[in-house]
Amino acid sequence: MQISLYDWNGNTLATWVGLDNYVDVVSDPALRASFGHALVLIAFYALLPLLVGLVLTAILSRARVRGLGFFRTVVFLPQVVAMVVIAVAWRRMYAPDGSVNDLLSALGMGSLTRGWLGDYTAALPAVGLIGTWFEIGLVTVLLLAGTGKIPTELFEAARLDGAGPVREFVTVTLPALRGEIAVALTLTVIAALRTFDLVYVTTRGGPGTSTSVPSYEVYNRAFQQGRVGSAAAIAVVLTVIIFAISFGITRIAERDR
Amino acid sequence: MRVSRGERTANYVVLVAFAVFALWPVLTVLLAALGPDDAAGGSVGAGVLGLHPENFVTAWDQGRFGSYLRTSLFVSGTVVVVSVLFSLLSGYALGTMPFRGSTVLFYLFLVGIMMPSEAVLVPLYYDLRSLGLTDTIWALLLPQVAQSVAFGTFWMRAWFRSANRSVVEAARLDGASTWRILWQVLVPLARPAVVTLTVLTFMWTWNEFLVPLVMVVSESLRTAPLGLAFFQGQYTQGFTLLAAGACIVATPVVVLYLFLQRHFIAGMLEGAVRE
Repeated sequence: MQISLYDWNGNTLATWVGLDNYVDVVSDPALRASFGHALVLIAFYALLPLLVGLVLTAILSRARVRGLGFFRTVVFLPQVVAMVVIAVAWRRMYAPDGSVNDLLSALGMGSLTRGWLGDYTAALPAVGLIGTWFEIGLVTVLLLAGTGKIPTELFEAARLDGAGPVREFVTVTLPALRGEIAVALTLTVIAALRTFDLVYVTTRGGPGTSTSVPSYEVYNRAFQQGRVGSAAAIAVVLTVIIFAISFGITRIAERDR
Repeated sequence: MRVSRGERTANYVVLVAFAVFALWPVLTVLLAALGPDDAAGGSVGAGVLGLHPENFVTAWDQGRFGSYLRTSLFVSGTVVVVSVLFSLLSGYALGTMPFRGSTVLFYLFLVGIMMPSEAVLVPLYYDLRSLGLTDTIWALLLPQVAQSVAFGTFWMRAWFRSANRSVVEAARLDGASTWRILWQVLVPLARPAVVTLTVLTFMWTWNEFLVPLVMVVSESLRTAPLGLAFFQGQYTQGFTLLAAGACIVATPVVVLYLFLQRHFIAGMLEGAVRE
């Protein structure tokens, strides 16, 4: 906290600058952009996996499927692999001669191929998609665990009332999963805001600053550029946002119960 | 419940598609690591059954993964032992004995869990530097023990609170001391919770990237993920050895996961607040 009020390079004497570092967080376009990138990442880390997870849960809650245990093991696997390893793997897949481009060509979309992480417009979604891949397993397993707790009679009753698959999902499964959805959102949104390793290894914030995110800026300013005060201010803002979000989502979930 | 055959087939197709999607990067790395070395320019032999396990040896030597793994193993092992021990003690105290300020203390631990490490890292670095501890093994151990104890306390407190009171009462009537109740009565019962805590702490410490990146400069103190990131920076000619290195770094936790996946999944879903 204290450091964030000074202009300090980490070695020489610090000068008092009051709230200037915080003003910078709001006014500096590069910093504003990095918080904007974090918002984009939230869509990829939290919303997209939640959608996919809900669809998968809808499918799986309708019938006992064999091999569910195996499926769970596989989709949860990304969660335990070190982020650096994941980043190395995806960097390769996103390379101009990587398997993502191979797949696109094979599907007849050869015109879309590019060096994904080196492209100004494609880099951020490309990084986000790694996050989607990473979080799908967590969200799905979390939702599945929640569905397991719904009494089967509820489904039977819905069917007797003549509800179709979609109605059944919206009226029975979805309300019962509210708590799990809140937990899933909290976890994935925080993960999105904290993204560091992934950006550090895949793009280092580049090309330009097109994939720079707040926690990368903290690291970059504090330990590369020697702008410790500014870094501390970003860190404080980031923490406040994370606390607010986790508090807010938990509150909403509890009120609805 | 009964569903039509067509729906059943469709379900399997969707599940298999997502399983493949989840495994795609993993397989990319694994196959690349076992393939012919793309940097050596085709001068290598046919390998064993068309595979090239020798890539792992080459990567191990060139990337100095031996040293990185040793650091990682030492750091993770120490953090696990120390923090599980501390968590048992503090969780026991907060979970079974009401004392003044215990609620405040518990909230303090909660803040410790929720506080993202990015936020405390900058002041932490300068605090440790003024103590002369940066670039020593302590800079890797202390912050991670602190993080793990915060989560561990939360985790063990929940267990101790839900533990069967009557067992404790019975032991107390038999004249067992508080200390003996913990070690001889409760800890054996708490084994599943302790195993979960152990594997989670191990995984988080092993995979941690930011703390070692900032705290340590010497090569001999680099942990495995950090070593891999540096290896990627230096070794740019091909992907084979990098993939082999990635496999080496990921293997310990993945193997542990395959054996104890129930603990991993339960822990990450229930104790979900950290990370």
